Parts: sequence; structure tokens; C-alpha cells
Amino acid sequence: MAYSKELIDHYENPRNVGSMEDESGDVGTGLVGAPACGDVMKLQIKVSADGIIEDAKFKTFGCGSAIASSSLVTEWVKGKTIDEAGEIKNTDIAEELALPPVKIHCSVLAEDAIKAAIEDYKGKTGDADESKDAAE
Amino acid sequence: MTAKTWTQNDPLYLDYQATTPTDPRVVEAMAPYWTTKFGNPHSRNHHFGWEAEDAVEVARGHVADLIGATPKEVIFTSGATESNNLAIKGAAKFYGDQKNHIITCITEHKCVLETCRSLQQDGFDVTYLHVKENGLIDLDDLKAAITDKTLLVSIMAVNNEIGVIQPLKEIGALCRENKVFFHTDAAQAFGKIPLDVNELNIDMMSISGHKVYGPMGVGAMYVRKKPRVRLVPLIHGGGQERGMRSGTLPTPLVVGLGKAAELAKKEMAAEAERLHDFQHRLYEGLRQRIPEIFLNGDEENRIPGNLNISFAYVEGEGLMMGIKDLAVSSGSACTSASLEPSYVLRALGVEDELAHTSLRLGLGRFTTEDDIEYAIERISKEVNRLRELSPLWDMAKAGIDIKSIKWAEH
Repeated sequence: MAYSKELIDHYENPRNVGSMEDESGDVGTGLVGAPACGDVMKLQIKVSADGIIEDAKFKTFGCGSAIASSSLVTEWVKGKTIDEAGEIKNTDIAEELALPPVKIHCSVLAEDAIKAAIEDYKGKTGDADESKDAAE
Repeated sequence: MTAKTWTQNDPLYLDYQATTPTDPRVVEAMAPYWTTKFGNPHSRNHHFGWEAEDAVEVARGHVADLIGATPKEVIFTSGATESNNLAIKGAAKFYGDQKNHIITCITEHKCVLETCRSLQQDGFDVTYLHVKENGLIDLDDLKAAITDKTLLVSIMAVNNEIGVIQPLKEIGALCRENKVFFHTDAAQAFGKIPLDVNELNIDMMSISGHKVYGPMGVGAMYVRKKPRVRLVPLIHGGGQERGMRSGTLPTPLVVGLGKAAELAKKEMAAEAERLHDFQHRLYEGLRQRIPEIFLNGDEENRIPGNLNISFAYVEGEGLMMGIKDLAVSSGSACTSASLEPSYVLRALGVEDELAHTSLRLGLGRFTTEDDIEYAIERISKEVNRLRELSPLWDMAKAGIDIKSIKWAEH
């Protein structure tokens, strides 16, 4: 099974690896997946006062596709409003990285991670729907 | 001398439990039997047939010799999967109306487990023994499982994923004492560790060609003559192989297996010593460079060519993508297409999150000292890189118990 160039590039040179201050009011953290299932993604966004995602960081435990999916979405969400970021679809991620069918769940997880990070941020700003963050 | 550099398209082979390269001496021995000595070993009327038959009998002798059997007790098959099917189904069919209970173990190869499952559908009772944390069966469990209805105990000699050696001698003694047949799947053991069917009281043994530097597509089975084990064949036909396995024998493949057995007999002891040293170096080298790694399966009762290691906090498949210049396996090759962690590791009580971080490293005849150094270097570099990417590693460093978090299992 050959992986795409884009996927391998994100795996070998992951973008935006790292962590941000979890407690900070302008940071939203999404932690999704489970170690027992073989993948865990932590995605963090830093949101400006006018609702723009200024920075994003990730850490992922998982296969190459999971690492690449999370790396890709950190690039995609930067500069977007949280509403725009919330519209990123797993199918866009899967298409960009040309994920094989058995790896589609990695893109689903990446979408979930964005949504969880946004929920977490909204919860902090008092603008939340019911938080569904897996880590809480 | 500079060590060889390996690449994605020319990777270092560290998967000797999946298969082994055919030894060039084996290939050489086989060669004439494709072309000039092409006769059907069952042709009784001319030189070509006799020549092929002679070669088959020499090969049979070598296989028998390696396990302390007589040549008449060895039959050739297509491989260990067929041998396992024949041993278990063949005995079940022959003796099933007298005894209908089979004992095996949950870490057996799929071809034993699935064969047993199929017999359950035919009304047989099967006991699947659990294993201890070190991967070995508990002899008391075996003793307790044997009843007067028990026909057969089928316990593998060496596990294909974790390389542990089951207590064959004790199992054999228990079986003999209780007049129960003892079958062992020795695909990973034949030619790797000393096996003597009389000393170990083995009644049937399955053997594979391609796990022992012989060709793929051939295997053998030892079937004891005294006391005699009788089997109903799976394949009916011309009655070759004492009626237990009809079909024309593939002379070149059989010759190859024979040659492989002959070489193993001569070289096994020295090879085991060398690989034991490599195994030790590899494990210690990795341990020195990477904290929190765990060996799966017993450290002592283990073939020298296998290490199965959990690299905590780094997912195995993700790790393999980073070490594409090493050909290793995560889980067993048969099941690695699925995303489930290995059933063997589960059976040892290895938790799923740790099972997902496991690699099987297989060493063999053509592994060199440089290869070991290279593997240590590459694996440790990549594990440490991926840990920097791992949220679980962060948590571990911060002293957060991963189990204390309520994960959304998906």
C-alpha cells in the first residue's frame, strides 16, 4: 500500500507540533480517540478576541495517517474563524492526503479534534453548546 | 568497512518469523529436480521415477533425523497449515466416536484455532487453555483439562509472535501418562531448537519448509508409529504418503526441505548461539536508548531469533512507517491488515494501549552484527521522535495516569 506524497510529508515533517497553555482563556483543547484503540489526538487552538484562530498545535499517538491528518488540520485552521474551522469535513482531509479506505477513521478523528477544541474554547468564553469533549 | 545503508526499497529484513529466505545451498540442491531430474517420484517403471524417489527418500531421512524420528514416520505436505489440519481433523475423524475432546491453547496459530473451531461445529468439545503472563501454558491447567474423553492435546512448540517455547517435555509426559495424543505445531521450532520426538513424547509434529530456509509450498508431518497414530486423510487419491496424503510429491520442494533440515542439523547449535548474542545486543541496545520498553513473552524460554517489544506511547503502525528501511511486523503478518491488536498479546494480559505499540523483530541466519547496530540506531531514533509527538508521552512525563482519563472508545 503506497501512501501519498502529501501524507508522507506531513508524517515526516509534521507542522505545528507542540502544546499551548491549557488553562489559558483563549486556548481551546480537543483530546479525542483512545489509547486502547490505537489513536489519540490532542489539538489546540488559540483564538483572538475577534474569533480568528491565530495558532494551532497538535500531538498525536497513532499511525502515520493519524499523525498526518492532525498535522494537516493545524495548518488548515490557522487564520480561519472558529465557525469556518468547524466546517472542515473529514472527507476534505481524506481527499487531501489520499487516505486509503482503512484509514478514513483517522480523518474522522481529526475532524472530531477540531470540533472538540472549538467546543472547549466556547465553553471557556461562556458561549458553549453542551461540551462533548472526550477528555472531560 | 562501512556498514550497508538500507532504504525503503531495499530494507533490512527483520521478519524471520514470517518467512526466511531460501538458503542458496537449498536452492542449489533443488535445481536439478526442476529440469534434468524431473521424474515423478511415484513412477515405478523407469530411471526418472527412481531417481526422484531416491531424492525424496533422502530428504525424508534428513527431516526425520533432525527430530529423532524414523523416515517412515515422516510424510510430506504443502506446509504447516496443512499438517496442522491433517493432524487435528485426521485424528478427530478417526477416533471421534471414542473420544471427542481436544485441548489446545488460545495463543495457537490461526490454522490450529480455526481447525478446532470447525471441529466444534461437528460436535467436538474443545478446551482453549489460557496462558500465563509470560506466554506459557500452566501445566496444572492442562492436567485439570484432561478427561477420559480427551483425544488430543495440540500445543505449539514455539509461538510465532512472541517466540516463547512451551514446556514440551512436561506436556508430552502428561499426555503419555493419560494416553492422550500430543500434537505440536513446530513451524517456528523445527531447525531452531533441538526437538526429539521420543524424548518429548510427541505423537504428531507439524513442520514448515519456508520457516527454516527451505522453500515455500512444502511442509512435513511427523506421525508416530509406536504407539501408532491413525488418521483419516484430508486429501484422497492415489494413496501416496502411506495413504495419509495423496497427490504427487513436488520433488524439488521436498528436496529443498530435506536440504534445509540437513543444514539445520549441522548448523543449528552455532546459529542459535550467534542469534542469542544478537538478540541480547538488540534488546539491551534498545533499552539503553529508549526508556519504558517492554518485552512480551518469557525472556528465558524463547527462541534466539525473536524479540517482541512494546514501545509504550508510540503506536506500532506509525512507528513502522518511520522505519520503512526495516522490514518488521506489528502483530502477526496474518492479522496485521486488521486494526485490532494482536490476540496473542491480549492473551498475555498486555493491555490494548500497550499492544498497539508492539513490534516483532525477527533475526535469522543472514542477520549480521552491523544489522543489529543499524536496527538499534533507527528504531531508537524514530521512537524518540514519535514520543515527542505523542500526547500520551507528555502525560506520562507529567505523571498523569492514562487510565484515569475517560476516553471515548471508538
